[in-house]
Amino acid sequence: MPSSPFAGFGLGLRKPHHADFLGPRVAVDFLEVISENFMVDGGRPRHLLREIRARYPVALHGVSMSLGSAEGLDRAYLARLRALVDEIEPLFVSDHLSWTRIDGFSAHDLLPLPYTREALDIVVANVAHAQDTLGRAMLVENPSTYIAFGGDEVAEWEFLDALCARAGCGLLLDINNVFVCAANHGFEARVWLDHLPAQHVRQIHLAGHSAGEYLLIDTHDQPVPPSVWDLYAHILPRLGPVATMIERDDAIPPLHDLLTELDTARAIAADAGRLAA
Amino acid sequence: MSLLALQRDFGAWLRDGDGEDGSTAPGMRVYQNNYRVSLSACLEDAFAHTRAWIGEEAFARAVVEHICRVPPSSWTLDDYPRDFPDTLAFLYPDDIEVADLAWLELALGEVFVGPDAETLVRADAVNVDWDNAILHFIPTLDLRAVRSNAHALWSALDAERMPPEVELLGARHALLVWRRDMISRFRLVDEREEQALVLARSGLSFADLCAAAVAVAGEADGIALAGRWLGQWLADGLLTTDTGMADALPPIQTR
Repeated sequence: MPSSPFAGFGLGLRKPHHADFLGPRVAVDFLEVISENFMVDGGRPRHLLREIRARYPVALHGVSMSLGSAEGLDRAYLARLRALVDEIEPLFVSDHLSWTRIDGFSAHDLLPLPYTREALDIVVANVAHAQDTLGRAMLVENPSTYIAFGGDEVAEWEFLDALCARAGCGLLLDINNVFVCAANHGFEARVWLDHLPAQHVRQIHLAGHSAGEYLLIDTHDQPVPPSVWDLYAHILPRLGPVATMIERDDAIPPLHDLLTELDTARAIAADAGRLAA
Repeated sequence: MSLLALQRDFGAWLRDGDGEDGSTAPGMRVYQNNYRVSLSACLEDAFAHTRAWIGEEAFARAVVEHICRVPPSSWTLDDYPRDFPDTLAFLYPDDIEVADLAWLELALGEVFVGPDAETLVRADAVNVDWDNAILHFIPTLDLRAVRSNAHALWSALDAERMPPEVELLGARHALLVWRRDMISRFRLVDEREEQALVLARSGLSFADLCAAAVAVAGEADGIALAGRWLGQWLADGLLTTDTGMADALPPIQTR
């Protein structure tokens, strides 16, 4: 995490906007990239990231660390990420409270964890391992999930609180994921947010979702909906300085549209600041 | 159930479970769909020209076969396309251009993100002591024997032109794939140049390469042939600035 709180507004760096961010300065405070897209040996991706980093602060957001794997973390993965961290000196390094790899099989998806004491011990150990290797604290993101486990022993917010306290990591609060989970599992998103250990939150993700046949799906292919903006406004007064970022991974619109959404985030945060004062 | 057992069961279900079974929870179907869609999208992205060549339906069947045969094992999806040409070779034993074309696409993608290296340019080549020089090649150089005109098919498909008829190459040839100036490139080479590249990459000096060329083509033609290869390799940007630095290689063990 940065040594001092960072409270900027950023976007995800996606291919249709590469040229925009290599041109005249765009009104963002940071860019977030998917770590794995740049954990390559060389070539254009690494060259691009160096160019971007020379212009903007960068956050590294991963999808393959598999923090919930019962068999531990992939050391080769961590070594590559460490090399990228050393080169880019990112604002944040984050990944998800999920798992994707077991017994040499990698599902390439953010698979759900049961919220048990055993799982907590495993995730704490894995986060500690990652942070030792990376030489810095990480942020862990609450996931969207489509199933719940009957054997959960603690609530998700309790799991996150204990994780941060024991491993010394921070939280990346994805508000769209809270909304999606609330709809899929039948709880109140505001209640979930009210229980969240707010002191651990360092970054916020905002995104859109789609309605499947039975469930909401975390597709990141829509503008941030009013329901998610409402939750953002609800939680902000409880938080300290946080970075806010809009995620869009599919049906990517012109950059101007995302910058307009980012202005909405700025306006809501300004209102929250006045309320908090 | 332990977390390890749960994750093993979950992974096995993603690979082999029947998501169409009416008793399956909707959420489990979401995860299985995500799993299959991400792998399909990865292969479609990596093999766009192969897909255009064999057609969308045939490609989709090959993808299903591949996902069943080869579960992903690497942390990066970039590695998943690696075995797909073998699946296509298995599915299309009589259409050898299909696997050749897929390998070319795979290699172009892999060298695109391969390690960087400083290329030896012609202007600096005059300073190299070629009598004693060891040739050092860029790390993104890849080489594979091919039996079809897959290179011509790729070029036509890439330019959205009508592809030529499939041709079987009479003599042995290989496709050389590499990256220069951030762009992946390829060139068809004959068997003699392929063998020369294999020898040279093993740490042979240029003088020894000339001797090998002389052994194949005779005194006059052999020297000229080695000179042409060197000129072409320099023009292609295949040599690094380490070329000529004999001490950059580990000593050769002799007994």
